[in-house]
Amino acid sequence: MDWKIALRQSKTWLAAFVFLIMATFILSLSTGVMPIRFSEIMNTLAGSGTPRQELVLFQLRLPRMVIAMLIGAGLALSGSILQGLSRNSLADPGILGINAGAGLAVVFSIYLFGQEKGSLLSEPFFLPVFAFIGALAIAALIYRFSWKGGIDPERLLLVGLGFNALCGALLMILQLKMDPKDFQQAAIWLTGSIWGTGWPYVWALLPWILILMPAAFYKARTINLLQFKQEVPVALGLKVEAERRMLLCLSAALAGACVAVGGGIAFIGLLAPHLARRLCGPNYFSSLPLSALIGSALVLMADMIGKNLLAPADIPVGIVISVIGAPYLIFMLLTRKGSGMRV
Amino acid sequence: MARTAADINDSLQPVHLKSIKWGLIGLVFVFLSLLASIGLGAIWISPSVVWDSFVSFQAGQIEHQLIREVRIPRALAAALIGAALAVAGTIMQGITRNPLADPSIIGITHGAGLAIAISLAFVSSGSYWILLIWSFAGSAAGAMLVLSFSMISKERISPVTLTLAGAALSTLFSALSTGIALYFQVAQDLSFWFAGGLSGTKWQHVFILLPAVIIGILLSLWISRSLTILALGEEVAAGLGQSQQKVRWIGLIAVILLSGAAVSIAGAIGFIGLVVPHIVRMLIGSDYRWLIPLSAIAGALLLVLADIGARMINPPFETPVSAVTALIGVPFFLYLSRRKRGYM
Repeated sequence: MDWKIALRQSKTWLAAFVFLIMATFILSLSTGVMPIRFSEIMNTLAGSGTPRQELVLFQLRLPRMVIAMLIGAGLALSGSILQGLSRNSLADPGILGINAGAGLAVVFSIYLFGQEKGSLLSEPFFLPVFAFIGALAIAALIYRFSWKGGIDPERLLLVGLGFNALCGALLMILQLKMDPKDFQQAAIWLTGSIWGTGWPYVWALLPWILILMPAAFYKARTINLLQFKQEVPVALGLKVEAERRMLLCLSAALAGACVAVGGGIAFIGLLAPHLARRLCGPNYFSSLPLSALIGSALVLMADMIGKNLLAPADIPVGIVISVIGAPYLIFMLLTRKGSGMRV
Repeated sequence: MARTAADINDSLQPVHLKSIKWGLIGLVFVFLSLLASIGLGAIWISPSVVWDSFVSFQAGQIEHQLIREVRIPRALAAALIGAALAVAGTIMQGITRNPLADPSIIGITHGAGLAIAISLAFVSSGSYWILLIWSFAGSAAGAMLVLSFSMISKERISPVTLTLAGAALSTLFSALSTGIALYFQVAQDLSFWFAGGLSGTKWQHVFILLPAVIIGILLSLWISRSLTILALGEEVAAGLGQSQQKVRWIGLIAVILLSGAAVSIAGAIGFIGLVVPHIVRMLIGSDYRWLIPLSAIAGALLLVLADIGARMINPPFETPVSAVTALIGVPFFLYLSRRKRGYM
């Protein structure tokens, strides 16, 4: 099984989601506190819009939507990889505490080099680096703690939940030690919102996604092989544990970069891969690109709902996604037999 | 594994010397921790002044006032809330036969949070009693939802499933309450209440807690024998002619009463209900007739100590006591999740 066959098989769904993203993109671009008609968008893109329209489109809406799409794709891929390497369809960087670890590192970096201190390390460009370190540290701890003669999928989830709570507690203590200005910055970031972000954050996130996404696609064959019982990949010459660690790093890097810019958005890493598997089957050659597209579409739509539902109030995208994602997860858990594991 | 009559007799010993011993030791420690909690704080009050405030109280002296009106009610409220949460956790672990059940893990606490957010947003009169009733209603709704998962489903829901469903429900509740709080601009009120912990507890709170805790613990003791038998397996319990539905409903009412009262006064305090029953079980075994009172004692001790910690970590600021209990509880949670499955 290789790329060509897999992509040909799932091309209907891939095309459908590309179309959905484009439609949502245009709709989201034109809606908000200040509605802008489609013809006016075209005019503004052509360079003949009013300064106000240019400001709203280029400085406010466009960067925010680009970030939404990048975050959606990144978190979806991170979840896909996690589910693949742990052979557990309930793994999600948010549930496992990887997001929380990244968040803790980001808040810690704000605490150390807050905006006021004006140091080089407070630039948005460095946020993903700190978040990656935090995500990786927590991922390593989870891996270490759930290792007991092998990785048991159930143990992995429980250990992850534990580390999630631990990071939450440390975060709370850390926040109390911050000065008000930094606290404000941290609090806005923590609500899982992508409001108030501009182009610098796009440039901070984009390189990570551009490098890590192809890396994830490149590993599709390995993840496919990991779905078999231990003996099969070993017989095929795969260094199973080394590959798992490699994939865990990849997943942590993706989640970390996204969390650094978008805050803690849960459930995307769970929902997108799950929907992708439903639509095109368990083959990672087709489910990796499809879940990236689904993730982008979900976050883009959630952001659009969040900014229009109670306008002019802005509901953070993390809340919209939780309201969709939590019932879905509960439904998934209750409709499956036994523990809900795909082992 | 076949359970015999001997097994049942083993876990239902008539006189349990070990339990009595641990109970007395526990009570002594609770007493000492209460004294420490009264003496320690942002202002250090020497034992002799504490003693004076009891035997020769002078209304004019500010330290005596502080002890009478702030420190003592706070220490007592901590003890009562700790006992309530620990017993609620014990009962939940018993009726769901799930070693990871805890009011904060499976969505009760955040249910109360959502109800408080709704009442802050829509019910303008912020009377304390109205908040209390909303908090009870919210924890009841959360408890009913989560426990209905394990009651409705025909096969036994695994601990992992219940924990995950609870975590998802908690996330949903907290997302909804954050949304409501942001939109109606009551976020500060909500977080003040939710992470409030035990600062600002008054005698009034102690008098609300006391009857709720007493009734809750009495209800729990009423079903304690049945819970012990249920722990041996549903078949054994059914074989002994036990009505499991009745036990579950009484247990549910006790859990709602205990955790509802605790949450409405101290906000979100996690992990007490998870950690305490396991520690007590390691000490004295799994006879619920002893497990429940000893959990109450150990829970009181743990929360009074955690509250002292919350005041001492970063003075003069208070660290949320929920962060302290999580720091204590998480390592234990990790330890439990690494143990072999089927442990109960």
